[in-house]
Parts: sequence; C-alpha cells; structure tokens
Amino acid sequence: MRRSQTLLLMALLVSFGLTTMRFSSAAQGPVYAIKNAQIVTMAGPPIERGTVVIRNGRIAAVGANVSIPGNAQVIEAAGLAVYPGMIDSHTSIGLTEIGQVRATVDTTELGEFNPHMRAIVAVHPASELIPVTRLNGITSVITRPAGGTLSGQAALINLDGWTWEEMALKPSVGIVFNYPSLRSGRFFDFNTFEFQERSFERAKRERDEKLDKIRKLLDDTRAYIKAKEARSRSFNPDHVLEALIPVVKGDMPLIVSAERQRDITSAIEFTSEQKVKMILSGGDEAWKVASLLKEKNIPVLLGPILSLPNDEDEPYDQPFTTAKKLLDAGVKFAFQTGDSSNARNLPYHAAMCVAFGLPREEALKALTIYPAQIWGVADQIGSIEVGKLANLAVWDGDPLEIRSQVKHLFIKGRSIPLKSKHTELYERYRNRP
Amino acid sequence: MKQIHRVASVFLILVMTTLTSAQQSSSSDVVLIQNATVMTVTNGTIQNGSILIRDGKIAAVGKNLRAPAQARVIDATGKFVTPGLIDCHSHIAIDGGVNEGTLSVTSMVRIQDVLDPTDINIYRDLAGGVTTANILHGSANAIGGHNAVIKLRWGKSAKEMIFEGAPPGIKFALGENPKRSNFNPAPGTSPRFPATRMGVEFTIREALTEAREYMRQWDEYRRQIAQNPKSDVLPPKRDLKLDALAEVLRGERLVHAHCYRADEILMLIRLAEEFGFKIATFQHVLEGYKVAKEIAAHGAGASSFSDWWAFKIEAYDAIPYNGALMARKGVLVSFNSDSAELARRMNLEAAKAVKYGGLSDDEALALVTINPAKQLRIDKRVGSIEVGKDADLVIFSGHPLSVYSIVEKVFIDGQLYFDRQADIARRAELEKEKQTLKQQLKQERPGQREGRPEPDRRDVPPPPTPTPQPGGEQ
Repeated sequence: MRRSQTLLLMALLVSFGLTTMRFSSAAQGPVYAIKNAQIVTMAGPPIERGTVVIRNGRIAAVGANVSIPGNAQVIEAAGLAVYPGMIDSHTSIGLTEIGQVRATVDTTELGEFNPHMRAIVAVHPASELIPVTRLNGITSVITRPAGGTLSGQAALINLDGWTWEEMALKPSVGIVFNYPSLRSGRFFDFNTFEFQERSFERAKRERDEKLDKIRKLLDDTRAYIKAKEARSRSFNPDHVLEALIPVVKGDMPLIVSAERQRDITSAIEFTSEQKVKMILSGGDEAWKVASLLKEKNIPVLLGPILSLPNDEDEPYDQPFTTAKKLLDAGVKFAFQTGDSSNARNLPYHAAMCVAFGLPREEALKALTIYPAQIWGVADQIGSIEVGKLANLAVWDGDPLEIRSQVKHLFIKGRSIPLKSKHTELYERYRNRP
Repeated sequence: MKQIHRVASVFLILVMTTLTSAQQSSSSDVVLIQNATVMTVTNGTIQNGSILIRDGKIAAVGKNLRAPAQARVIDATGKFVTPGLIDCHSHIAIDGGVNEGTLSVTSMVRIQDVLDPTDINIYRDLAGGVTTANILHGSANAIGGHNAVIKLRWGKSAKEMIFEGAPPGIKFALGENPKRSNFNPAPGTSPRFPATRMGVEFTIREALTEAREYMRQWDEYRRQIAQNPKSDVLPPKRDLKLDALAEVLRGERLVHAHCYRADEILMLIRLAEEFGFKIATFQHVLEGYKVAKEIAAHGAGASSFSDWWAFKIEAYDAIPYNGALMARKGVLVSFNSDSAELARRMNLEAAKAVKYGGLSDDEALALVTINPAKQLRIDKRVGSIEVGKDADLVIFSGHPLSVYSIVEKVFIDGQLYFDRQADIARRAELEKEKQTLKQQLKQERPGQREGRPEPDRRDVPPPPTPTPQPGGEQ
C-alpha cells in the first residue's frame, strides 16, 4: 500500500472532529424575539399571531403566548410571516464560483470512482454565491461533487460561517452516484470534436462494466471491514474502501442521479441487490416508478423542475406535474435546483408544481421539513420548534411568490445582514452621478 | 424509399397549407372575451373588461361591450388577459445553424433559411404565453447573421411564421464569445482572430469601414446612372456580406448586440456614433446598469436576463437589479429568455423586476410586452391591448405576475393557437397513438432492441402533423 498512514491518521482526525462537532457551541449571540408575526412552523398549523424567541443559536420558545425575555432584541413583525429557512437538496455552492472559469470550480476530481472525495473540505466560505442565495430565504444547502460514476461525498452546509467547519451541518450526507445511463444515440464527443453514435449495446456494456466495478468495490469493502476488525496493528488502510464502509453498513445513502424510467428501475434493483440505502436525485420519470419507490421507501430529490420535458411527445407541463404524482403515490420528496448561482430561485421550482396541482403546504414541506428528514437532520432544521437551530426567514408575503421580500434572516441564531455583492453593486451604481 | 417519404411529406405539407389557409379565411371570426381583468399595459387595467376580436385584430376594448350576434363569447370571469408576450432573444425554431462559427464576420447568413416550424419548443413557449420571438444567431462571431422575428403560429409553415413587415435585424456579439475565451479550437485547427476585446472592436470597425466604402461605390454608381442612364459604367461587385452592413450604416437594419461588460457596451456605442448609426438593442447587457446613462443618451434599448449571473467571468458583476436600474435611468428595457425553457414563463421573469428594484406591476409587464415590441419596431402591431392592434392575447388563470397563475389560452391574430383544455383532452389519444406505433415497430423489426440509435434527423422528412394541433378549430 502506497498510501501513507500519516495521511489516514489526519483524515480520521478531521472526520472524527467533524462528526463530533457540537452545534450548540457554535453561536453565543444576542437574544432575539420576533413578535406579532404569523409563524408558519411546518410542525402543525401556522400560528396566526405569535412570537419566536432565539437564544444561543436555537429556537428557545415559539407560540401565541410567549413571554419575551428582558434582554431580547425585539423585532416587531406585525404583517410579516416567519418561515423555516429553505433547503436546496442539490447545489455546488462553495465548490463553484464561476462556472466557466476552471480555477474557480472544485466539483469534479479526475477518475471514475471517487467515494473518498469530500465536498466539505473544498467549500469556500467567502463565495459571493452564499449571501446571494441566502437572501432569498435559503439557509441550508446540499453541496455536492460531480463527474465520474462515484463523484464523492456531498455535504449539508448552513449558508453562514467563518470556516467550512462552522458551516457544516453534516459533513458527509451521502455519496453521489451518477447512475450509468442506457442512453444511446448521437452525441458530440469533445475529445474528437465529432458526432459519434453510441449503440444500445455499447451503452449497456459500458454500464455493466461500471456496475461490476462498484459491485467489486462494495464486496471489497465488506471484506475490508472484516480484515480491519481482525488485524488491528499492521493494518494497511485503503481510503476508497474506508469511504464506502458507512455505505455497506447502511449508515450512509448513495445519492443516485438518474432520470429515465429504466435507469431508475435498474438503480433500484442494483441498490436492493447490494443492500445499500438509496436516495434518488433528479428523477424526471420517477412518477413512472412511483409505486416501486414507495415500496422500497426511497425518497426523491426532485428537480430542477424548471426544465423542458425530456421527449417531444411528452406533455408540455410534464416536469411541473411530477411532484403531485409522487405525493399521490406516497413517495417522500424534496426539491433541488441542481444549480449554484441560480439556487436562490429554489422556491419558484416548488411554486411551479403548486400552479400545476401540488398543494402549497406540501410544496413548503418539500423545501423545509422533508429534506431535513431525508438528510437525517430533522432534529436540527426544517421547522420552527423549540430546540432546533434558528434558521429562519421573516417574509413580507408568501415565500413562493416572486414579489415577496425577506425582511429579516437568521442562520444558527445569527442575524444576517441583508447584503450581498448584488445589493452592494446596486447601491453603488444607483448613486452614480 | 427515401424518395417516397419525400413525396409523402410534400403532399402532407400541401394538405397542411390548404388546411391552414382555410383557417385563415375563417379569421373573420368574431370573438368576445368578457368579464376579465384586462391588463392593457399602455392604458391601465380594466376590471370586468371585455375585448372584441374581429378579423384578427382588436376591434374594441372596454367595460361593457355587447357581443355581436355572430360572436363567439369566452367568459373569463376571475381571469386576467394580457398582450401576447414577446421574447426579444430566442433560439427556438432553428434547424441547426445557430452559429456559423467560422468567420468573425458572417453578415451574409440568415436565420430565415433555417427556420424549423416543427420545433416542439415553439409550442412549449406558446403554451407559456409567448406570441412573438426575435430569433437570433448565436454569439460566436463579432458580426453574426440576419435575425428573424416570428409569430409562434404553431402548425403553419416557416414562411407563415415570419412577422410580416418587421424591420430586418442583425446579430453583433462582444466579449468572451466572439473572442472564443471559453472554447478550445477543434483539434487540428488554429485559433481565430480576434482573441481580445481590442480585436473585437477592430473586427467590427474594419467590417464597417469596408461596408462604408462599398456603400460609397454603389452610391457613386447610382449617381452616374441617374445622371446618364445610358452610361456604360459597370456596377460594383455585389457582396452579400457588405449589403447587410450597408443597411446597418443606413439605419435600415437593426443591430442586436450581445454584450456583458460596461466597457464593451460603451465601445460599441462610440463606434456606432462614429459611423453614424444607432444600436437598436444591447442584448443581455448585464453590466448595462453601470453605463445606463450612456445607453440612454445613445437611445439604444436594453434586453436583459432577469437574474442570471456568475456563469462566466464577464457575468460576475451581473445583478438582478439591472433591469429596474436601467429603466429608472431612462433606458427602454426588456427581459428576454435566450432559452426555450425560460421562455415558458416570461411573465414570472418580469415579476423579478418588482422584487429587485421595485418596478410597478405595469412597468414589469411592459418588460415582456410593449418594450420588446418597441425595441423590435413592431409596436404598432403588438405589445399592448389597443384597438387596431393584432389580437395577440393571453388568458391567464390569475395575475400574470403570480407564480400560481397558468396560461389557459393564447391567441395570435385572433386565432386560438393554444388552449390548455384542448391540450389536456388530446393527451390520452396521443399516448394511445404512441403505443400503437411502438407495437407496429416491434412487429416490423422484431430483432431490434429498444433504444437503438436514432436516425439523423436531417435524413427523415418532418413529422406530418405537429403534435398537438393548435386549438384553432374552436
């Protein structure tokens, strides 16, 4: 083994440090009381007129008859509404600054199988995209690696913090698995700058090779766990297999990107056969396999909704109606933009589903509490309940409506200034003589 | 076999043409839309308003219009009617040829030669309320080709989609795309001039200089012929590239210039002023807010994205306040899509100018209706609900700036081209047809597997009937 033990030790120390990080120690700010607001808790019916108290970064009290502590900074919010911060379940925020400037993009490592790559360590806390995104009420995002077949480990971050450690809510939430598609036909090959034909047979062969490789990796991991347990001292670590341990143990899901029915079905067969947890990401045709998804209890990260139908003969509104179909089938889903600079438009992806039949309440849940449940952090974020992190936005209207504005914003109890690169440029040039 | 297909498709096109002209002759239909909230854009909003359509035009707008005897009445209680939305920057309906990415000056190529009336994105955008679109070449070249302004008359031929009498235009492009910053040359080819913004300015200056000389030669020739019709003086050699640029210099061809940064916007303003013409629109114009004063003084329009930014370095200072800021400083602003997908909700793009920069609802709606109509010089025909204008209208289920509103009906020239109910009603039938075709294919080619490579679209005749059909039969 050529990988050095020192490196492993460092990696283990870092990951140990992360997983045991204490959230409560993160913020010790002022006490806030948001009063006379409508409070849309997502944990029961909205409180029409009530107060939210924020202390030590967390929600200390919420309700219609809450007494305001004497040391609290009071925010008068009559006519405003408090919502939980929204969660975008797929972005590359912090990993991508400017899409076409390669030096600013850290999403895609070389190689096909990179389960050991960790997004969290490459999150750039000073990215201009962070304030821009959170100013529309999005307080947490999944940021994830891209490319290859196993891209690496996605991270759940809050959109505020001095360092990536402070931003991390859950440093590794799953391993991104771009399911090899059976898509065949003409494609443009950038290596040769020519159109190439990919036959069905070739697509299938390539897919099967990749699946075999992952099967082997998972088998190796199972053997590796035994070997590791058996030989404690002179054991040679393997970073790739280490990364897959929580997957084979069922502690960490594979975040499987697949759009087409046959790819989704095949992915479900594969993960069932391997007895690993799966979250479906994308899922354009998830509605065609909704009952299977329900049966296997596989949640779906749906989106981008604002996209064209896959096929010419699909109804023009196909992407807008998928969410309702999943709801009717009892499949749990959350929304994702798959974007970075435009992630602030997350609520409008959900809104389009409401326009085409999804109940508004469900759309809001799929932006807040459902993703929190899917990512295993429902005890921390996703609703306004005592003890949860104070990730809140105070709106002057319906957050799904474009014309509504965020009036106050809190992340981990910190009052976030409503400023970004965009507001600053606006102020500067508005005042150009 | 291919021959037979050709014959068949020609026959079908003939049938379609007959059908559509039959539709046109019935456009003396009289339609009354009543009980709607009518957002005229230019003359305020009418509660419980009515619109009378006759001969494809808006015949009357008001509160208490009575239905003429022969009129078809559409009750729009609780609904909103707006003018058809206009997309000032689109690449739909192009059958290849978005970019003639070879020379840096390609003012000889024309979108009208590659219009594909069967592109399904025409129907999808129509279903989002777009009735007119400015179809442009890509931005690979400092000077690109001729645009085509079209109406989204789904089901008609390419020729019938052209917006009659719309002034011709041409695409210019500045910045990263014409200097090819983000593209590697294809293997075995060398980089292309220009590679800098300096080079882009020179490329345009050189072409315009050439065109000015060409124009002078033609003027001189015409002067001599006029003086002496029997003169044997030879005409200058015809140059299609310079013909178009001469039209630009004479102000007869509108320049739609793709740009991002403030410096390049100012550069083109000064260059145009030096050559004595006006830029019609700056497209994208993401840093327009930094030089709004200069754009307004020059008199150019600005057609921007609502909120895209940071996809490349020249878009890093793009802000969603751009539209509102330019509008407040006196620039004629529109929002465009540049995307078949985004074009399906131009009304919601407009709403972003209310959120970012505080435009009023009416000002916002103007960004996707009357303002782009003015920029394309077609505002006498479209862009607002006024008597005498084309009956290009959208019926929304609610306020057009609300995310919960959907497009229910779209009229172009008074004809119903999109009807959501009709669309939904046809779905089961289409699905059945698809399954039948699949079965037939399986029987014909039992050895073939699903997912075989699709044939090159260029070798097959266009589909005989567009799916789904316009709801014009109502």
